[in-house]
Amino acid sequence: MSNQKSIQAIEKEIVEEFSLFDSWNDKYEYIIDLGKKLAVLDDQYKKDMNKVKGCQSTVWLVAESREGRVYFKADSDAVIVKGLISMLIRVLSGHTADEILEARLDFIQQIGMTSHLAQTRSNGLLSMVKQMKNFALAFKLQQSLVKK
Amino acid sequence: MIKTESIQRNIDIDAIRQDFPILKRKVKGFPLVYLDNAATTQKPASVIQALTEYYSGFNANIHRGIHTLAEEATAAFEATRDAVQHFMNAEAREEIIFTRGTTEGINLVAYAWGRQNIDVGDEIIISTMEHHSNIVPWQHLCEEKGAILKVIPINDKGELLMEEYEKLLSGKTRLVSVVYVSNSMGTVNPVKRIIDKAHQAGAIVMLDGAQAAAHLDIDVQELDCDFFAFSGHKIYGPTGVGVLYGKKQLLESMPIFQGGGEMIKDVSFEKTIYNDLPYKFEAGTPNIADTIALKAALEFIDNIGKENIRRHEDKLVTYATGELEKIPGLRIIGTATDKISVVSFVVDGIHPQDIGILLDSRGIAVRTGHHCTQPLMDWFCIPGTSRASFAVYNTMDEIDELVLGLHKVIKMLA
Repeated sequence: MSNQKSIQAIEKEIVEEFSLFDSWNDKYEYIIDLGKKLAVLDDQYKKDMNKVKGCQSTVWLVAESREGRVYFKADSDAVIVKGLISMLIRVLSGHTADEILEARLDFIQQIGMTSHLAQTRSNGLLSMVKQMKNFALAFKLQQSLVKK
Repeated sequence: MIKTESIQRNIDIDAIRQDFPILKRKVKGFPLVYLDNAATTQKPASVIQALTEYYSGFNANIHRGIHTLAEEATAAFEATRDAVQHFMNAEAREEIIFTRGTTEGINLVAYAWGRQNIDVGDEIIISTMEHHSNIVPWQHLCEEKGAILKVIPINDKGELLMEEYEKLLSGKTRLVSVVYVSNSMGTVNPVKRIIDKAHQAGAIVMLDGAQAAAHLDIDVQELDCDFFAFSGHKIYGPTGVGVLYGKKQLLESMPIFQGGGEMIKDVSFEKTIYNDLPYKFEAGTPNIADTIALKAALEFIDNIGKENIRRHEDKLVTYATGELEKIPGLRIIGTATDKISVVSFVVDGIHPQDIGILLDSRGIAVRTGHHCTQPLMDWFCIPGTSRASFAVYNTMDEIDELVLGLHKVIKMLA
């Protein structure tokens, strides 16, 4: 299914959801819950070629393009990273390659999760954002070649 | 040189804590519980003050200057060398080389000694529990020279298999480089025996003392080690300064590591005459400020006494181990009979990273991951551990906070 809401609108939704929490504990409980609910990635995808290796946790990411839109599936061995991934998928999956490439993902900073993008912690997540954009770019190039 | 005997006494932890400004801060709204001391210790006010005094009172480049500031800075810099010599009971002050840290000390030996003394078919022995800093330089040297790297295995408790070590020693062994205290597990290795056996086989020994220097009495003459490296920032001192001790005749026979200012006596385009020890290995303007402040850290340790520090930390390790073991599904990694200052653990079904993030959200700083000892983690078949590591300012209450935090974390992740 295609995503009808814009990336910015979904980011805004998430920021509003997080504004309800007044402690780090509550934020993390919510993220852990998202992580636990993230659809399980089939074992067949959990191979090295799909690995986005961070310093501490491992992320597997797969993408496909259907009717001009990019869809992501992902998993991690750490549950907080999984929760963060779940949010990234909610924001980016189902959008066009251009929309994904232009996404600023300010919501990560707005909900106080910037440290997860820092070099020290889980460059798993940082690499994941980069990888999602790389997929978008690859699909975009593919489409432009087909058109030619 | 006579070492001051540290007098056994009960130390006032509250008073010691007052000395550390950072321990007053809050993290995520909670009082900071700092249990990442194996990564770096916090700094007492005297160390911070020494840095400030240097920059505001006598900042100058050392050794060559003729003016007052240069003389004062040089005197303070060289006073740290004397203090370090005393701290590790080296025979001569020329045996103390200032580096950036343990890693640079090991690399210096691998580069200068290694490239002169290692040949095709020679063997270097390290152990399974080495930090990457004590693996990669030797691996690189072996690749370059066609030498062979051999690894001492360990048992389930995280102790070296000494009989296997003795089997690895042979006439081909040139160097044994082992960690004194494991950063991942806290294991104290029987380095005296390792050194004696290596010497009998005709090999020299380098000790990675990064985790030992803040906790154990270091006596390089009694150990009879050939090289010993440690870092200032892990012993309450500043970052960016470390020490390489080397036996004088070895250091003298070695070629230079880096070329530049200070390490020379005379330079012409035809030939350079190198300076004497220790300056031969200290090219360029050194880290003057941090080296000067390192002396304040050594004095801090000396004032409390290593024995007293060790006794307090042993209590912390025993208490933490007992309390952590009560947590269902928690397993301690590294249960050596002789261990200090570190408790590493894994919890069934929970990624260490999740533990680290959630403990941080309660103001508790531990380290999670492979602790730069990936081969050791592979040996235990785990991706990493959570590690609480202690310093003299830690308290039983902080361990209670850690245990309470862990209970909550596990509940959240269950």
